[in-house]
Amino acid sequence: MFDVSFIYEAKDVKDAIKKLVENENSEVISGGTDVLIRVREGKDAGMGLVSIHNIAELKGVKKDSDGSIIIGAGTSFHDIAYNEIIKECLPSLGEAVDTVGGPQVRETATIGGNICNGATSADSASTLVALQADIVLEGPNGERVVNIKDFYTGPGKTVRDRCEVCKCFKIKKENYENYYGYYFKYGKRKSLEIATLGCSVLVKLNASKDAIEDVKIAYGVAAPTPSRAYKAEEFVKGKKLDDKNLLDGFAELALSEMKPRDSWRASKEFREQLIKEMAKRSLVNSIRRAGGKIEYYV
Amino acid sequence: MSKKIITLHVNGKDREVAIDERESLYETLRNELCLTSIKKGCEVGECGACSVLLNGRCIDSCIYLTVWAVGKDIVTVEGLRDEENDDITDVQKEFIKQAAVQCGFCTPGFILKAVEIVGHNKPYTREEIKKLITGNLCRCTGYMNIVTAIEHAIKHNMDKLGVPYEVAPATTSFDIPDSEKDKMLEGVLAMQDNDVTKF
Repeated sequence: MFDVSFIYEAKDVKDAIKKLVENENSEVISGGTDVLIRVREGKDAGMGLVSIHNIAELKGVKKDSDGSIIIGAGTSFHDIAYNEIIKECLPSLGEAVDTVGGPQVRETATIGGNICNGATSADSASTLVALQADIVLEGPNGERVVNIKDFYTGPGKTVRDRCEVCKCFKIKKENYENYYGYYFKYGKRKSLEIATLGCSVLVKLNASKDAIEDVKIAYGVAAPTPSRAYKAEEFVKGKKLDDKNLLDGFAELALSEMKPRDSWRASKEFREQLIKEMAKRSLVNSIRRAGGKIEYYV
Repeated sequence: MSKKIITLHVNGKDREVAIDERESLYETLRNELCLTSIKKGCEVGECGACSVLLNGRCIDSCIYLTVWAVGKDIVTVEGLRDEENDDITDVQKEFIKQAAVQCGFCTPGFILKAVEIVGHNKPYTREEIKKLITGNLCRCTGYMNIVTAIEHAIKHNMDKLGVPYEVAPATTSFDIPDSEKDKMLEGVLAMQDNDVTKF
């Protein structure tokens, strides 16, 4: 039995918010694969849980009339990874969420929970940062939209108020159309692993596929929050693919913007090495997926 | 906290059960409904020993609240049955035949995962099967025979559907011809003759 003061199954989002406001010592539970483990460890013991697990309006992926993709916060990782819209438009996000935990965990764990936990190691976070997703939050004072770059305030901390429920993620058409992506997760095992470092790259090539038009690169675990390397992005924009300095320059600049730390999973020095190497490999893989050729890199 | 009476749809039957709403699905199924095939392993969603099928999909019941499962179809190993032939299912038969069981603690979880995989009606390669079972841990078998058993169970299903499916070449001792096994046995016996512990 879980050591919580109550479990309330909310009928809809408004009902959940009402309950959260009424009970000061309560929090939202969605998939439960993090919250229930924290409760079991005693960290969140004694709290009240307001469950949004079975709220249908929070589930599913759909494409809006303007082409933007809306991912319900309560959609499980399995449902995202095998969704036809995701496979067609955001394949790198599907790949990224298919690396979380194990298959059983992916059936229940949700993308909303993954982001709202505020962990820098969240596998969905770096790709959503690269896609510049908008997060829709609903609280007692109504709805607000926060871009993911302003969402994280520190390790495990976000701008989401305790009484707010994350409803969905919006990815605008201009942020995914013609971009080809790659998510690189470095861990000691292939499964059931928290990323030692995660790197997500999105690349858009020009029409003749010999130069880079735009790049987005975002890291997880390379800084206290999932973050983008803006200088590295600027450096490669407009560069020809046969430019010999393309990869090394990109990797060096990416490293200069990150602040990796020592942890029991890996040392700072090792993470610095990973940041450079994973930037190169992810960029090369993205370029190859986009149909570009990089011959000098094996 | 007072108990609450709910109805769970388990193994094809509606079961009324009095629960504390803070209970995990694992606790309700094992302690209240005595479905002891479900095992408590890590309790953090890593080992898969507590797997159950929920609407045909494998989940970890130790980190799933019982109240969430109301109105959903729950299946455990106790509910697996080949109704047509009044026998255990092909998956279970293959687990026995390929000796994919040693201590047996992880087996119910693996069998349910295998049932889900076979139910996809898709031909999977050995590598794909390995990825699909990463949520279940086994500390005895080394996974070889488990993957082989699932492969053979998929083959049975594919044969029924009329889809060609080749099982990868044998890698376990069970597929070694009997003449070869006799030779190996002779070798083992010869070694025992020289065993120093005899003296």
